[in-house]
Amino acid sequence: MTSVVGYSGRAALDALHAGGMVCVLIVDTLNWLFVQPLRGKGLRLRSTVEHFVEFGVRSMPIVGLICFLVGVIIAMQSAYTLEKWGATKFIANLVGISALRELAPLMTAVLITGRCGSAITAEIGTMKVAEEIDALHVMGLNPTKFLIVPKFLAMLVAVPCVTVLAMFIMILGGFLLSCSPLVGVDPVIYYEQTVNSLVAKDMVTGVVKSIFFGITICWVGIYRGFQVEGGAEGVGRKTTSSVVTSIFLIILLDLVWTTLFYFA
Amino acid sequence: MAASNDNDIIIEVRDLVVKYGDRTVLDGINFQVRRGEIFVILGGSGCGKSTLLRNLVGLMRPYSGRILINGQDFTAMNDEERTDARKRMGMCFQGSALFGSMSVGDNVALPLREHTRLEESTIEIMTKIKLELVGLGGFGDFLPAELSGGMKKRAGLARAMAMDPEIIFYDEPSAGLDPIVAAGLDGLIRKMQHTFNLTSVVVTHEMESVKQIADTVCMLERGRIVGLGALEELRALDYPYVQQFFARRAQDESQIDSAEYLRSLTGLE
Repeated sequence: MTSVVGYSGRAALDALHAGGMVCVLIVDTLNWLFVQPLRGKGLRLRSTVEHFVEFGVRSMPIVGLICFLVGVIIAMQSAYTLEKWGATKFIANLVGISALRELAPLMTAVLITGRCGSAITAEIGTMKVAEEIDALHVMGLNPTKFLIVPKFLAMLVAVPCVTVLAMFIMILGGFLLSCSPLVGVDPVIYYEQTVNSLVAKDMVTGVVKSIFFGITICWVGIYRGFQVEGGAEGVGRKTTSSVVTSIFLIILLDLVWTTLFYFA
Repeated sequence: MAASNDNDIIIEVRDLVVKYGDRTVLDGINFQVRRGEIFVILGGSGCGKSTLLRNLVGLMRPYSGRILINGQDFTAMNDEERTDARKRMGMCFQGSALFGSMSVGDNVALPLREHTRLEESTIEIMTKIKLELVGLGGFGDFLPAELSGGMKKRAGLARAMAMDPEIIFYDEPSAGLDPIVAAGLDGLIRKMQHTFNLTSVVVTHEMESVKQIADTVCMLERGRIVGLGALEELRALDYPYVQQFFARRAQDESQIDSAEYLRSLTGLE
């Protein structure tokens, strides 16, 4: 009994400590993003663009491929049910709504977590182990300005951009399958059905979600990176936990936003 | 020690106490470093010498005590003042801590690009001068991973020298290097002192290095200073730990206090 109390107490304290650390990280990032540039301490734009290329442009092929396949899969699953009522043209509604409101933001976030969230943790963790973070401090360079802000800005822009492209690719996947001889929906009808069923709010829902997913991926990656202790093994362990924490928080956030948009 | 006035003192440590949790790692540390000398902090593994260095460069905050650099209290500064103070210091890390994603030249140029408004062409020339100074001319475009251990340390020194500091801190400069490369690095530390009247604080446990470079030696044992002065003064000290260190003799098993040994096993006071 005491061990259960002790365990949950320790877990609660750890969670509180982690929450505090993340808050410090957020305040520091916002300070170097908005306040310090006003005092003449500029942003590192070149580094930001390089990170944007890494997080956004280089993620496109894999995100595009996966989202195309997911589009094909949802179309096929929908066809399985709708064929029984001869209502295959409604595949367009299902694919469109799922892609925009749910699957494109989610798949993009999960893939970018695996590709870039882990890389952020590994980079910062390795730098910490190799005393490079200490070297920044000693040189009078602020790690937040130098390492965190460029990654944060790049992620903030990259994830929504990739998500919007992923939405179209997913719809394209669904379109190609539905209009193939396998299902045989008329392309014009499919197009009209898609355009008529979707409203701007569906897209906004997806984009808003993706912005918060991007912030989550970045901050979890950075936080886990700074937690690394003790050599290569520590880097490996925190990289894994960065991906797990990130995906868990993304699903949790997804639930919150979906609930909000459901009632809104 | 030569008579000195206040202007000659560049670093002064007063009653420094450092704790990790409840454990006291450094206790009552007092010393002064004169301008232009090579001050060696010597001691065995786990004696607290790296912790002392981390406090001197402000990577750790002490529990109590003061560290005065050029008469200003380094421990009481706010972030901005500390950043300014740091522009006048350089540090060579044990593993060199070069940024792996940047070329050696970019590593050296980084402090200049961030802290000064110099033209890019000027920065390039200054970078080349610093690399020539440490014997790495022509290696500016190499990545740190392409350099040997000794070359990395030299590149680390070039980066530490980038802002023309007054004080330079070395963490185990000859650790992990063969004797020839280590001797070369010792020579380089001397050269920097002679050429630029640079104050150097060197943390090491290598006796050979100490003999080559030290003006003043500060010897630590279990977080306390057990000897402070020129190498010859320390050698003359009648203190078992110091004598052991100089003679490179292992700890005599019979000298271990049995009561203390028992305490260390049981954890009871």
